[in-house]
Amino acid sequence: MWSRRTLRQREELIAYLLVSPWVIGFLAFILGPMLTSLGLSFTETDLFTLEFIGFENYTKLLSFDATRTLFWTTLYNTAYYVFLSIPLTISVGFFIAILLNQNISAQPTYRVVYYLPAVIPGIAASLLWLWLFQPEFGLINWALSLFGIEGPRWLFDRKTAKMALVIMSVWGAGSNMLIFLAGLQGIPTELYEAATIDGAGIWRRFRNITIPMISPTLFFVVVTQIIWSSQVFTNVYVMTEGKGGPANATMMMVLYLYRVAFREYRMGYASAYAWIFFLILLVFTLILFRSSKAWVYYETEIGGQRS
Amino acid sequence: MSGAAIGVGTARTSVKRARRTQVFLIHTLLIAGGIIVMIPLAWMLSTSLKPPHQITKFPPIWIPDPFVWSNYVRAVTIFPVSFLVFVRNSMYMSLMITLGTVLSNAIVAFAFARLSFRGSRVLFFIVLSTMMLPQQVTMIPLFILFSRIGWINSYNPLIVPHFFANAYFVFLLRQFYTTIPRELDDAARIDGCGVIGLFLRILLPLSKPALGITAIFAFTWSWNEFLGPLIYLSRMETYPLAIALSFLRAAHGVLWSELMVVSFIAMLPPVLLFFVAQKHYIQGIVITGVKG
Repeated sequence: MWSRRTLRQREELIAYLLVSPWVIGFLAFILGPMLTSLGLSFTETDLFTLEFIGFENYTKLLSFDATRTLFWTTLYNTAYYVFLSIPLTISVGFFIAILLNQNISAQPTYRVVYYLPAVIPGIAASLLWLWLFQPEFGLINWALSLFGIEGPRWLFDRKTAKMALVIMSVWGAGSNMLIFLAGLQGIPTELYEAATIDGAGIWRRFRNITIPMISPTLFFVVVTQIIWSSQVFTNVYVMTEGKGGPANATMMMVLYLYRVAFREYRMGYASAYAWIFFLILLVFTLILFRSSKAWVYYETEIGGQRS
Repeated sequence: MSGAAIGVGTARTSVKRARRTQVFLIHTLLIAGGIIVMIPLAWMLSTSLKPPHQITKFPPIWIPDPFVWSNYVRAVTIFPVSFLVFVRNSMYMSLMITLGTVLSNAIVAFAFARLSFRGSRVLFFIVLSTMMLPQQVTMIPLFILFSRIGWINSYNPLIVPHFFANAYFVFLLRQFYTTIPRELDDAARIDGCGVIGLFLRILLPLSKPALGITAIFAFTWSWNEFLGPLIYLSRMETYPLAIALSFLRAAHGVLWSELMVVSFIAMLPPVLLFFVAQKHYIQGIVITGVKG
């Protein structure tokens, strides 16, 4: 028989054994590569040669000389995309979730319809939207022409190309809808009933119950969306044939990274770029986490002051 | 908690007039929105069946006349390699990734949910923080590593990492395991079950729904995966569907019927899976609060 102590030790050993796949994976596929990429960022390397060049990749990347680096262009384009598409997809998703949460019939059917775009492969969706945005025969410009508007050239015009990508992203707002709906359905109905008895109108109930109770969900969605949509790649790659055109108007950060690393094989430069990309996301995430104390309401808070 | 509320539409017995107007308005808005969501897909189907001269008609023709079913044959035979090769590649990749994901995460999540070991909290914190990590920061060294060991143009770089667990699914499964009452553990222990027996005989059979969710998500995501295959696969016989579509776009950018045909075919497996398993999808999203 095992004594109590050795049984404990034996179980701990088994526990380590069971988590070991993740630990190995973490070391081999996450931590190791991360450190390697940090190291590579100080070198100039393709797959065969390697030369240490200090901070040169970083100084080159962050220089304002547009002939040497597209960093600022890609940062602007990505930020443009992220900061337009996130408020849009979140508010559209939230609005639909509110409608669906009103105890209406056929809710499962609506859910399926609105969520459908989220399961379609990015490549198929991109080809479809490329066709929809086609300037001469595309459905979108036809729809605009019904209102007497002459549609722009969308992906072929540097002024509208990014906007086309944003519009496409709103099509996928259904994935946010589902998360918000889950959040809304988790709000106890007693809260609303009590507020109604106290004479709170629909707006006050929304402002003082729905908004604070949904804020943790909203926080979660904002964080994951920023990380997710800043990695926009498949649709720009497909729609612009990997060029990020016209005139780099849709050159996004990950597309540029892909080009530098896997078309030009400038692995050192690309590593530096990847690290800057990572640090930018990290800073945004940390700022969001910090700010969350001010606007995210957790039920465990005692006497929550936001009202 | 919120899982129980899903799909429970309690009908009210006394419906007031105001309520009826409100419901009517909501349905109108939802149907209008639903049409906007579905129109692109209807357009895809319509384009896929049109004869060439009707594709570039402006204003557009919605119902093809006649229905050109041969578009489907032409589209799938346009590639220098049999289209079935792409389907097989996609299936192989997605099923292997699904297998690795379910196996590894079921085990790792069990350890985090049920076993106490030194450093478990720190480790779990690291697990969660890797969820925030963009894959781009590890992409280049991994490419160098995999090319050194000769894995370029093979599915290994895309499949093997999935056998080592992943933060998102560890989290999902751990959340699910913790909803299984601990009393069951104690009862099994008293009956002489060891740790492994507890996992295999108690927790695993009870977590079929969560394992199903994991499998569905893993399959859908790997089927839709683009950047990974784009980097690692350069020979056409190795292309999964996603990359084959991208090739078609590059080679025949204006063959809209053909492009819509293959897009439609490529989206069928995840879409059908979603229709069949939509309850699981929603449950998965409720458990983690993360989208698919």
